[in-house]
Amino acid sequence: MAVVTLEHGKKSFGQTMVLKDISLTVNEGDVLAIIGPSGGGKSTLLRCLTLLETLDAGALSYGDIAVAREEAGRAVYGSKDVLRQAKTRFGLVFQNFNLFPHYTVLKNVIDPLVVVEKMPKAEAEARGRELLAKMGLSGKEDMVPCELSGGQQQRVAIARALAMNPSVLYFDEPTSALDPELTREVLRVIRELAAEHMTMVIVTHEMTFARDVADQIIFMDGGSVVERGVASEVIDRPQHERTKAFLTNYQHG
Amino acid sequence: MMGILADGFVLTAEIFVVTLVGALPLGVLVALARMSKFKPLSLVARLYISVLRGTPLMLQLMAIMFGPYYLFGMQLGSDWKFYACAIGFILNYAAYFGEIYRSGIQSIPRGQYEAAAVLGYTRAQTFMKIVLPQVMKRIMPAMGNEIITLVKDTSLAFVLGIMEMFSAAKALAAREVSMIPYAIAALIYWVFCLVIEMILNRVEKRMAYYHD
Repeated sequence: MAVVTLEHGKKSFGQTMVLKDISLTVNEGDVLAIIGPSGGGKSTLLRCLTLLETLDAGALSYGDIAVAREEAGRAVYGSKDVLRQAKTRFGLVFQNFNLFPHYTVLKNVIDPLVVVEKMPKAEAEARGRELLAKMGLSGKEDMVPCELSGGQQQRVAIARALAMNPSVLYFDEPTSALDPELTREVLRVIRELAAEHMTMVIVTHEMTFARDVADQIIFMDGGSVVERGVASEVIDRPQHERTKAFLTNYQHG
Repeated sequence: MMGILADGFVLTAEIFVVTLVGALPLGVLVALARMSKFKPLSLVARLYISVLRGTPLMLQLMAIMFGPYYLFGMQLGSDWKFYACAIGFILNYAAYFGEIYRSGIQSIPRGQYEAAAVLGYTRAQTFMKIVLPQVMKRIMPAMGNEIITLVKDTSLAFVLGIMEMFSAAKALAAREVSMIPYAIAALIYWVFCLVIEMILNRVEKRMAYYHD
């Protein structure tokens, strides 16, 4: 079943077309990796999918919720209520975590549950502690984010996103702000989620990780999907010249 | 002598408190207006801030005191000077506070708003729960400066004939041909400021449990 569907998504900033007719479908349990050079539109795509940016044209839906439909070549978004509902369907993990610095680790995870979902505090706390334990962060509940390493902060951010019980979890270069060792611990957590069949869309520059963890890969460049396919195929046997060039550059550092 | 200075101090403290009670919230409105996407409102706020920061507070107090009479021929009672004083101080300090609030609000990274938006916080919830507490911490040093300045600015009320502590000291000094009243007044201003500094330090310490 499709968790999220984007059809013919287009987005421009001024004169620059950043997304040129992008379509994608993510089914339940899929792990989709999006790779490609910087400025290729990966982040903008994620920002459109998470409603941080609005599409100029195209249709976007989360399961049965039609977020935007195309009318006369323009994307028409649903009411505030529809958008609010849609927001309960996805979570986003940012490159630089974006934890709330004035909240403790536990409060970062449970505050959205209490404030947005109106969950009773005791229930939210139990869920928060459980998720933090799963992320290997037991004992850190009462610390504040600035007392944690980057890898730990990112795992708190993942717990915060998971707490809302999203149908799909987006990652925007989740390890780009981390050194190799911290990267490993964050990637391990994402691998575990994949093993539990969490539906995920991951923008990443970690090619080995993308091949291992993703089912499908999309290679984006110049605002278009240049190549898409089974993860290992795209990484090991790219068909398109631009994909080949990109991956070669990558392997040579 | 101490009795007269003490009476003056009470008025000084009153001007101080009334100004804060009025200007702290009014400053929020000034900041919001200044940041408004509705251009005319933002322009009016900018003009307001520019004029109130760009002209002497003493002159503003006199304009409010005598303006109603010279412009409209209004005869206002002897209490008017207290109202004029309060209005003048509140309007002036709201301009400064508004700019401090604005700098604080605009210093909060966009990522904070985006994280809150994705999690489903409404705009009001985002502002009250995520942005405002962080703004408070960031603006404390600047607010402290402004509040300390206010303690001493209260002496400008003397131009309206209000017998706050500075006016009282001046009168006493003339009567007794002595500098002592000034010295005592100075000491009281300083102690007042010391107390405020201590309070501000405590507040800053309480907010020091995190850094960003």
